[in-house]
Amino acid sequence: MARKKSPNHQQEGQQPEEGRRNFLKQSTLLTALAVTPPSLLKAAELRWDEKAASYFEKVPLALEINGKAQQLSVEPRVTLLDLLREHLAQTGTKKGCDHGQCGACTVHVDGKRVLSCLSLAVTLEGKKVTTIEGLSTGDQLHPMQEAFIKHDGFQCGYCTPGQIMSGVGCIREGHANSEEEIREYMSGNICRCGAYPNIVKAIAEVKKGGQKV
Amino acid sequence: MINFGYTRVTTPKAAVEALVKNSNAQWLAGGTNLVDLMKKGVIVPQNLIDINNLPLKEIKKDNGKLHIGALALNSDVAENDLVRQQQPLLSLALQAGASQQIRNMATIGGNMMQRTRCSYFYNPDMPCNKREPGTGCGALKGFNRMHAIFGTSEKCIAVHPSDMCIALVALDATVLITGPKGERRISFQNFHRLPGDAPQRDNTLERGELITGIEIPDNAFKDHFHYLKIRDRTSYAFALVSVAAAVSLQGDTIQDVRLAMGGVAHKPWRLVEAENFLKGKSASEANFRQAAAVAMKGAQGFGHNNFKLKLAPNTLVEALKTATGKA
Ligand SMILES: Cc1cc2nc3c(=O)[nH]c(=O)nc-3n(C[C@H](O)[C@H](O)[C@H](O)COP(=O)(O)OP(=O)(O)OC[C@H]3O[C@@H](n4cnc5c(N)ncnc54)[C@H](O)[C@@H]3O)c2cc1C
Ligand code: SF4
Ligand code: FES
Ligand code: FES
Repeated sequence: MARKKSPNHQQEGQQPEEGRRNFLKQSTLLTALAVTPPSLLKAAELRWDEKAASYFEKVPLALEINGKAQQLSVEPRVTLLDLLREHLAQTGTKKGCDHGQCGACTVHVDGKRVLSCLSLAVTLEGKKVTTIEGLSTGDQLHPMQEAFIKHDGFQCGYCTPGQIMSGVGCIREGHANSEEEIREYMSGNICRCGAYPNIVKAIAEVKKGGQKV
Repeated sequence: MINFGYTRVTTPKAAVEALVKNSNAQWLAGGTNLVDLMKKGVIVPQNLIDINNLPLKEIKKDNGKLHIGALALNSDVAENDLVRQQQPLLSLALQAGASQQIRNMATIGGNMMQRTRCSYFYNPDMPCNKREPGTGCGALKGFNRMHAIFGTSEKCIAVHPSDMCIALVALDATVLITGPKGERRISFQNFHRLPGDAPQRDNTLERGELITGIEIPDNAFKDHFHYLKIRDRTSYAFALVSVAAAVSLQGDTIQDVRLAMGGVAHKPWRLVEAENFLKGKSASEANFRQAAAVAMKGAQGFGHNNFKLKLAPNTLVEALKTATGKA
């Protein structure tokens, strides 16, 4: 296997998911190996391609998403984030880094905030998932959504669903008692636009309002 | 991510059997490290064995010792009343790690087993003896700002990334294990290993050995302790250098002290000689400085990380000052 000695060692997500899928579809073509990521080459070396069929086996999965029971069948490699966005068309939850570093994909599982990009959907059998789409009831915005609007807590809005889910978590956990504490407990949510001061204000206000979130 | 087989197990015995049966399987706990590494193609398991349903989540007091199950979540342990009362240093170190979303997923066992964050290890296109033994070490002459200054070998200069483990080594924890040959215990000090000639091995577990929990003996460090983590931004980043300091004082005299450093070695780095130097001495900045000099014996930089040779002793002094109320 040729080894690239390029110095650009810190690239993130340099292997487009789309490319991999295409490869997997045509994995009998050995010529394709020359252009595939090393991880796939390794799989081929270990002759897993011969057994590939068994790894595409779908696993039955029952879980509740935003109050609605779902009976699904998913491949083990599908993350909760991809399940939501690509299989269930719930695109409120955003994909930022896809590696646990930005918080854009934050959702609640059984009431706790977690990262959907690092959660494999198959591990969530029997659990309750809440996304930004399920936070409000009917047409009524959730108090945290209202507060984000009031305090101008977003600019481009890309990080906002994750910020809101995380902000609700922050209050529920009892970690919103000072601006300093809010900042620390919101540190897993990165905002490229730098809307932090207003996000902190929004969360502090909801906390002060004492409403049940 | 390449697809894989998926199995759920509900007993430690079944977990061990499933792993032994399949040479290319991995246990999946919170997944915050494993799924990330699988997405990057660094680890490519053929099967995942989901251990989240094992009954190993309990936090309890057992014969005066604090017992924490391997599948207890980092956030639950950090905020547990018993942990806060008995081992507040552990709570502090846990809270300094990752973000709350990740702590809500990450387990104690997974935290101990997490792989290094060396960027060469994380990139399958780069040489790395830890990922692929025999390919060389990209960091040795490369960009090694995050790397080790103690206990390195020419095969690997990576650092162990966990914050929790720095507190656990200082607190003399014991790791509880079950495996194909039955149960055993390893002192935390001997759990992680130095790279030597086999950097691919992070710790002394044998294949098929499952961590079931940890035990921490009671101690006299509940009043004077600190975990100081220095990183590139004020929160949510891995440590450049961190220090766990726990002191028991009588008046101004140090009765007992435990010191460990993170971000400086392939394993949580306990500073026994500095501890011995401080025992029986007064808690003064001058003594802390001397202890730091003792602690730094044998340290070696690799270029980009030379700044750690100054940062580490300073961090130690600051941690001791805060722990003893001299800050
Ligand atoms: C963006 C980001 C930032 C982070 N920042 C920090 C930080 O600042 N400080 C810090 O300390 N950590 C940090 N982490 C790391 C995080 O704490 C670890 O990923 C986590 O603790 C791993 O636990 P897990 O349960 O998710 O393990 P998994 O990812 O499920 O497993 C990790 C490994 O442990 C093995 N394993 C799991 N449980 C057991 C067991 N009981 N017995 C034997 N083997 C087992 C698995 O097979 C796997 O090989 C960060 C992670 C991310 C993604
Ligand atoms: S320091 Fe260790 S982990 Fe990093 S490239 Fe070298 S061998 Fe690999
Ligand atoms: S997309 Fe999940 S943390 Fe960035
Ligand atoms: S509002 Fe643009 S990323 Fe946060």
